[in-house]
Amino acid sequence: MSIQEFMIPLLAAAVIAGTPILFAALGELITERAGIINLGVEGIMLMGAVTGFMAAVTTSNPWIGLLAAMFAGGALALVHAFLTITLRANQVVTGLALTIFGTGFSGYLGKAYVGIPVPKAFVPTPLGPLADIPFIGPIFFQHDVLVYISYVLVFVIWYFLQHTSPGLNLRALGENPAAMDALGINVFRLRYIYVVIGGMLGGVGGAYLSLAYAPSWLENMTAGRGWIAVALVIFALWNPWRAIMGAYLFGGIDALGFRLQVLGLHSVSPFFLKMLPYLFTVLILVLVVALKKGRLATPGALGLPYDREER
Amino acid sequence: MVKKIEHLEMVGITKRFPGVLSNNNVNIQIKTGEVLAILGENGAGKTTLMNILYGLYKPDAGKILLNGKQVSINSPKEAIALGIGMVHQHFMLVPTLTVCENVILGLSKSFIVDIKTATQRIREITDTYGLAINPDAYVWQLSVGEQQRVEIIKALYRGANLLILDEPTAVLTPQESKELIQLLRNMSAQGNSIIIISHKLHEVMSLSDRVTVLRDGEVCADVCTRETSQDALAQLMVGREMAPCQREGTFSPGKAVLELQEVYSQGDKGTEALTGVSLTIREGEILGIAGVSGNGQKELAEVIAGLRKLSKGKISLNGKESTKMSPANIIEQGLGYIPEDRLRVGTIPSFSIWENLILKDHHQRPFAKHLLLQNRVIMSHSSSLVEKYGIKTPTLETPTSSLSGGNIQRVILAREITRSPVALVAAYPTRGLDIGATEYLHSKLLEARSNGIGVLLISEDLEELMSLCDNIAVLYEGRVMKVIPVEEANERVLGLLMAGIAEQAS
Repeated sequence: MSIQEFMIPLLAAAVIAGTPILFAALGELITERAGIINLGVEGIMLMGAVTGFMAAVTTSNPWIGLLAAMFAGGALALVHAFLTITLRANQVVTGLALTIFGTGFSGYLGKAYVGIPVPKAFVPTPLGPLADIPFIGPIFFQHDVLVYISYVLVFVIWYFLQHTSPGLNLRALGENPAAMDALGINVFRLRYIYVVIGGMLGGVGGAYLSLAYAPSWLENMTAGRGWIAVALVIFALWNPWRAIMGAYLFGGIDALGFRLQVLGLHSVSPFFLKMLPYLFTVLILVLVVALKKGRLATPGALGLPYDREER
Repeated sequence: MVKKIEHLEMVGITKRFPGVLSNNNVNIQIKTGEVLAILGENGAGKTTLMNILYGLYKPDAGKILLNGKQVSINSPKEAIALGIGMVHQHFMLVPTLTVCENVILGLSKSFIVDIKTATQRIREITDTYGLAINPDAYVWQLSVGEQQRVEIIKALYRGANLLILDEPTAVLTPQESKELIQLLRNMSAQGNSIIIISHKLHEVMSLSDRVTVLRDGEVCADVCTRETSQDALAQLMVGREMAPCQREGTFSPGKAVLELQEVYSQGDKGTEALTGVSLTIREGEILGIAGVSGNGQKELAEVIAGLRKLSKGKISLNGKESTKMSPANIIEQGLGYIPEDRLRVGTIPSFSIWENLILKDHHQRPFAKHLLLQNRVIMSHSSSLVEKYGIKTPTLETPTSSLSGGNIQRVILAREITRSPVALVAAYPTRGLDIGATEYLHSKLLEARSNGIGVLLISEDLEELMSLCDNIAVLYEGRVMKVIPVEEANERVLGLLMAGIAEQAS
């Protein structure tokens, strides 16, 4: 097998494998920029996957499935928002509880759907002339619609943050909510909105797995991708462009493990290869914490509940 | 266009917090072009009152009249819409954004951010009032004085013509304070009204046209600045005659309790912060360290307390060499430490009062027997300290972070002095404290001195140093310029040494 014959499918697979993580990471990026850390991403992704699957099977329409997933993700995030913003509960604890709940509840809901094929899934649709560009084409433009949506989403989020007024406010919200409050901005309402948006995107990430990647439903099918998404936000230093690069990097490592097995590299334990993405995650996190650049990029008020009278 | 504020009145304002009556039937008024100072000790209710005016708090009773009409201000947004702007003591800026971005924050004039127009408008404002700020600079790059100017620009950009400034010179150097005073004069000349919250008498005297004095939540005086004096205001503020502390008794120091020999140490920026410091502090002596902040004072205190490593040199505490000792060991050997950052380094902010009072000895008798804390002993010890040192707190369980600066300092003093240290290092102990708290701290330092403790006092306030110390050492670029006995010290001599100019034979 030539290098090209190996690399192109690998990179294409990296994009597909990275897309669910990308959606969830973009959602979490928005939430964290607002100053709230939501560790319920794994649970939200699973709830998105199962509700999306159930709705798509019932209506034979994957788009309805996608909508249902967004709704489920948003609803779960709303619970997190209420607990952490209004009741000022500890964000880490609430997020973890949400993950545990999402994991369990999705398994329960999906029991009847295991093994059932989805009538219509998101299938690869080559993007016309773009798909014919040598090398770039097969890697980026021969995938399903959701992947293309993810490209646009990265750009939209970047533009929103850097060039719009509400985006500027969002950047400040996670750094210094007291400043925003003193300017008369409703910190609580904005945080609710961004947490729910983050949850909706997490739901989409989960739905991508059950409606495009697999496509099927299996209990716990995210296999920790939600956690990788959380790590990815930190790795990306809360920047959408770095997030997409990181997502494909993680996706690539994921896909690489599988491919190395296929190539017959039996000397490398398959378990080690499966472990690679998570190992990589830990290394990245350690690096970001150790380097000053990481600490500068972290939203200053991340994880801290905002209490007006406690000023 | 925001309406001009000709006349603003707050009538009968009352505000209660759990356990505390912050404002009790307070009346104030201000006219256009006037500078009003609200003077009072920490805890007198000044900031609460202004927070009500700015819409951050709702009063329990009373009303606000703007140009004769009653208004209700329920949020900062409404206050801004009425033309009221506030510059807080702790800046509300986002360090990772530029000046321009910080100024336009929260304004939704257009969906797409138009940096060019905003920058131009900012330049118009800075030109009108003579503020020198680069709109494209990142806030974390600016000095404290410059950051304060950004806050002022923020308020002006939004059309404020009544500006509230909360303790404006608390964080400024003397030079920056002068610039601010000039700026405020420009602004009031342009027809803006200004309210200054302060506890600094000389600032109030030089800035304001009128002064309203608050004490314990009530207005106790409302005078024209021209018709009063610093002493009169001090008395009104505190409610009694002020007796500045003076050293008493003959100075008869004992043996050396703290000695530094040719101490070198690296600072945080990679340069040598201490370049060969040699000092001796004796029993019953107060040695002052004068110098502009940033010449090694912070590192000096840390090196003595064992919080920073020496690269060269020796330190002896109570006769034993402490150069390589751990901070715990140094504490045990008898060092008391009142750090510069009193809340975060001197206490554990989320701990209760009693927990902070027994820190450093919490693992020993009588506070602990074997592994168990002895609650009865601890509580009676804590309540007697609270009484003895006048710590104002609702209960012993209150988290220390909710105490005022002066009270936090009392907690630290109580703990450190009761341990009977042989040497006490106090770094900028009266920074940010009002007159009453400062007077108290001075009296305690002098008491320590008469009890035979050797005190090292690091301070920026030359008056404080000259009234308390027996000898004053001037620190410049990490080394001691000279140690002079206080009889020979005056502002000129110290000023020259602080600037690095070795004294000429006069």
